[in-house]
Amino acid sequence: MATSDTLLRLRYRFFPDRMFGELLTKSWIDNVIPALALVVAVLIMVALIPGYLSAGNLADLARQVSEMGLIALALTIVILSGGIDLSVGSMFALCVLTALVCMNVLGLPIAVSLVATLGTGLVCGLLNGVLVGYLRLRAFITTLVTLVIFRALYDIIFPRLASAIVGNMAISPTWDLIGYGDFYGVPVSFFIFAVIAVALHIGLSRLRPGWRLRAVGGARRSAYNAGINVKLTVCLAYVTSGLLTAVAAFLFSARLGSTGADTGIGLEITVLTAVVLGGVSLGGGRGSAGNAIIGTILVLILSNSLIRLSMPGSVNQLILGLVLIAAVLFDRKWVKNRGKILSKIYVSPTFLRLPERDRKAEPAALAINDRLGDTELIGLGTVEGPEDVILDRNDNLYTGTRHGTIVRFFAPDYNRSEVFARIGGHPLGLSFAQNGDLLTCVGGMGVYRVTPDGTVAKVTDETNRSLLSIIDDSRLRLPDDLDIAPDGRVFFSEATIRYDMSEWAVDALEGRGNGRLICFDPKTQTTRTVLRGLIFPNGITICRDGQSLLFAETWACRISRYWFDGPNKGKREVFLDNLPGYPDNLNRGSNGTYWIALLGMRTKTFDLAMRKPSFRRRMAKRIASDEWLFPNINRGCVLHVSETGDILGSYWDEDGENHPSITSTCEHKGWLYLGGVSNNRIGRVRIKDADPDWTALDDYWGKDR
Amino acid sequence: MSTTNANPANAPRVSGLFKSQEGIVLILAFVAFVAFSLLLPSFFSAGNLLTLVRSVSILGILALGMAIVVIGRGIDVSMIATMVVSVSWAFVLARSGYSLEVSLVIGALFALCAGVAIGILVAFGEVPPIFATLAAGSVIYGLGRTFFFQLEMQNVPPGHEWFSLFGQARILGIPITVVTFGVLCILIHFLLSRTRFGWQVYAMGNNPEAARITGVPSRPMILAQYAVSAFVAYGAGLILASSASAINARLFNSTMIYDILLVVVLGGIGLNGGHGKVRNVVLGTIFVGILLNGMTILNIDYTIQNLVKGVVLLLAIVIDSLVNPRDEQTSQQGDL
Repeated sequence: MATSDTLLRLRYRFFPDRMFGELLTKSWIDNVIPALALVVAVLIMVALIPGYLSAGNLADLARQVSEMGLIALALTIVILSGGIDLSVGSMFALCVLTALVCMNVLGLPIAVSLVATLGTGLVCGLLNGVLVGYLRLRAFITTLVTLVIFRALYDIIFPRLASAIVGNMAISPTWDLIGYGDFYGVPVSFFIFAVIAVALHIGLSRLRPGWRLRAVGGARRSAYNAGINVKLTVCLAYVTSGLLTAVAAFLFSARLGSTGADTGIGLEITVLTAVVLGGVSLGGGRGSAGNAIIGTILVLILSNSLIRLSMPGSVNQLILGLVLIAAVLFDRKWVKNRGKILSKIYVSPTFLRLPERDRKAEPAALAINDRLGDTELIGLGTVEGPEDVILDRNDNLYTGTRHGTIVRFFAPDYNRSEVFARIGGHPLGLSFAQNGDLLTCVGGMGVYRVTPDGTVAKVTDETNRSLLSIIDDSRLRLPDDLDIAPDGRVFFSEATIRYDMSEWAVDALEGRGNGRLICFDPKTQTTRTVLRGLIFPNGITICRDGQSLLFAETWACRISRYWFDGPNKGKREVFLDNLPGYPDNLNRGSNGTYWIALLGMRTKTFDLAMRKPSFRRRMAKRIASDEWLFPNINRGCVLHVSETGDILGSYWDEDGENHPSITSTCEHKGWLYLGGVSNNRIGRVRIKDADPDWTALDDYWGKDR
Repeated sequence: MSTTNANPANAPRVSGLFKSQEGIVLILAFVAFVAFSLLLPSFFSAGNLLTLVRSVSILGILALGMAIVVIGRGIDVSMIATMVVSVSWAFVLARSGYSLEVSLVIGALFALCAGVAIGILVAFGEVPPIFATLAAGSVIYGLGRTFFFQLEMQNVPPGHEWFSLFGQARILGIPITVVTFGVLCILIHFLLSRTRFGWQVYAMGNNPEAARITGVPSRPMILAQYAVSAFVAYGAGLILASSASAINARLFNSTMIYDILLVVVLGGIGLNGGHGKVRNVVLGTIFVGILLNGMTILNIDYTIQNLVKGVVLLLAIVIDSLVNPRDEQTSQQGDL
């Protein structure tokens, strides 16, 4: 191998290109940037300002976080519902006024004051909620006007009571505790905030009201069609916002004990900046309590540091405005383009060198013939996508279809058929267990069992999650073929963990080992991954020693043998390398042979493309997927190989009319049955020199019971 | 054929005027006018009416700029910030040695830049207009207060009598402010109803997607709309400064922007965009003028005036949304 090839191979082996695409598929990726920004901001502050992490400073920050954080949570709830609440600042001022009037001027008990404050918030929120939710007003302009109205009310009332508020002191230990108290250095108000925040997080992410809220914000019309009371949900969002603001106002009044003419002015911009900066999307439906808190801390750190640097208030305004614009801009572009970026960078090809095949030295056994030219056709036009075919002891034929069913064709002429079982996904590999159950790998679902009377039951649909995989690979995405060991263990292949059934061929462009071999043990009812990093593992068949299995790696054009039991346990060796085509299912044949279905033949062009990962990457990025260069999966054949891996013969369909691409074979009583995943027929053809009594079931489980 | 169809359609339009929001506001304005005239002896005098018209015409000019943006399904709540900052900066420059003419040109350029920047945010950044302008207002004001001027009150630089003519002179006994408003009304009326620009603004307001698909250059148009509104704001700021001999940056913190919205929405220009004419602005201006003037004569507290304006604006929006319900076909996700 040339040095440049080695470098290329190492570069694609160790540079994790695929990580970026996989990260983008994660829902938590939205939160990463704000969280990183927070970490960076804290580190900068710690470096710049001595004593930043001192207890006093942190406690001070914690008090501010708890007040502003509550308002940020309020705004988050409203934004999640698809609206916005600009009146929080004025609402806050009114609530502060209520709390102080109750405590200082009227001298009411703290519980009554709390109720009064919450009541104020409730009324304000209800006004917004009715206007926006029930009257369908525009949220932005409406709350902008209620901002003016609430502020005007505050301006009317406050001057008349200002001296009374300042002149009196509330006498209540609880009030003081909320305002100044702390447990082990953590302010009481922060505890209150933390409890509310956790409760809200659970409510938003785990409970029905939160889900409904997100649904309404994400797609109002769909939510309505799904039966959610949209108007009520929106209204309640604003009411909640009012209540949370009232709690924040209560904490604020307890801390300061007085209020000024400018309380709450510009608060809406600050909180809005915090929320958007934290990653709550303005379109609605995306965001969490965590986002709001991250944003709040970021904005507080920012404005506190500006104060420390003794900047005038206008600088604060300027910077907050700029940050808000930047955050909104980023949010818009991110939400809009995330899918686009993902589709561009998800395909991540690697270097794969297949050995050259010498055209002139092709063995005679591979010469093109027309043995499959006059097959007997079964189910022409009535069956779609028979990936695998199998026969039972009564010679009935079973196959899976694209429609999510398993169809049974009745012996002896296979003209009559019935739906044997309805699975729901496209059944791929089929295999009979010893007790007569039919096991099948269902694309996108898992491994399922069908009893002889047609009852369907799940065998397994998950395996152990890999430690370092970004994609959640515990779910089975594309189980492909299976076989059953003598002790009942089910070995099955999962072709790829990165693509779904509908786009399985795209995996060919990557040429990476995205697949794996998995074992389900019925004794312990556990599923464990046996081998990882296989290049599209496809067909599986247990060898006759009962201790090893053969598996095909499609894009690597290779068949390997793996020992799962016995003295060689764990050993893996190449059984057949450098095949002329892409192997699909493997099956046992009579006289100790094996059948290999090739779904397509290799081409020089694609072999070259596999050595040029950057070419494939550029292709996947630049041009539409229907113009991509795919491997040849239109023209294949069947290979007959001996126990030791010598090619004994090949079966071709010269015209390509009936069986251009073959994904599975099944030998049964001297006949070879053929299936193709993109075909609309099953074929059968007589095999020369075959044992006319041989059946796979006898070979696996012995003669009939 | 079109003329025969137009004639029967005219009759219901006249009677329908009194059922539409426009008609209601007209009647309300008339009622308020009559009521104030009867109840307040000082209201119905030539001097007061002139004051009324003059004080409100600045609002009217600003509302004209806002109307263009609103018809194109946008909104510009940064107008006051643009106004105070660009005018104040021009005055500061004039006092620091530049000639007043050059300074005024620089001020105009600044206003245009601000408008274009907001337009870029809305058109290319796809930020909802109200968001972009709210944040931009904060940025523009912060920029001005930090870098351009320190004092909130900026007096007109001395020694330029011609500048004070702007706001204080009269033509045939009518203050120039009012004349400017009238001229601007006619200009913008022609702009909206007789030019390609105007038609495209209506098209964009009616259905932005359809307008874009049919070939309206949406993004440059949005830029142009915000540039016009910023420029109008600058002009209004000059007139304001000229008549008061100073400009007060604190106007940014006042409720003036809501007064502008009040004029636009009350006049009957729906916030959905796509409809409304200059006459709606005139109507709204007159109604708001009567309201403000009457309340001032009644000696109502400034804060209570704000409350009244807020409630009236809220009612206007409620009526607006009932009369012009949001079109589910063309309103978008995240359209706030």
